[in-house]
Amino acid sequence: MNITKTGARRLAKTARKLAVLIGAAALTGCVQIETPDKPIEINLNINIRQEVVYRLDGDAKKLIEQNSEIF
Amino acid sequence: MTGNEQMRLKMWKPTGLALAAIAATAAVALAVPSAMAQRDPAYAAARAAGQIGEQPDGYLGFASPPTPAIRALVQDLNIKRKAAYTERAQATGSTVEQFAFTSGCNLIANTKPGEKYQAPDGRWLTRDDSPPVRNASCP
Repeated sequence: MNITKTGARRLAKTARKLAVLIGAAALTGCVQIETPDKPIEINLNINIRQEVVYRLDGDAKKLIEQNSEIF
Repeated sequence: MTGNEQMRLKMWKPTGLALAAIAATAAVALAVPSAMAQRDPAYAAARAAGQIGEQPDGYLGFASPPTPAIRALVQDLNIKRKAAYTERAQATGSTVEQFAFTSGCNLIANTKPGEKYQAPDGRWLTRDDSPPVRNASCP
């Protein structure tokens, strides 16, 4: 009897803990969804673009020099 | 050689020369426009007058409404520019837009005082002695 009572209590405790954990998880989930990451995306785009522009700069200068008739 | 053949040769020689002359003229006429584009007085005048200017995208644009002749001239140059950008973009593994944009950064930097260029916000500005207003991504 004692064993089963303790078992039931344990079960109840675990269930409560689980409920709290699930609730907390649900709460943090909500908070995470609310944070927008748009500005970060724009910054990344600019960085990638700048990197490409720096890589192509020498080629672009050469093209302009060698084809002065169209620039 | 019979007399008849000699006659034919004599008859053909001047025609041959004339044809060669026509061919030479045609070759010069074909070769000159591309080399002349830069020295085209109309283009130079329109550029100096601020009618046309450099855009951030690597192409020429109109700072003020152009005459049909100036419009045709600019369209022709922009088509040639696009062909050159396309070729270089393929060679460098970039997109035409990326290569054209990088060229635009340089072309705006190369403008001389008095010439027009387009700022990133779309305004047409006149180049002075200070550095031009360019996109933040420009080197």
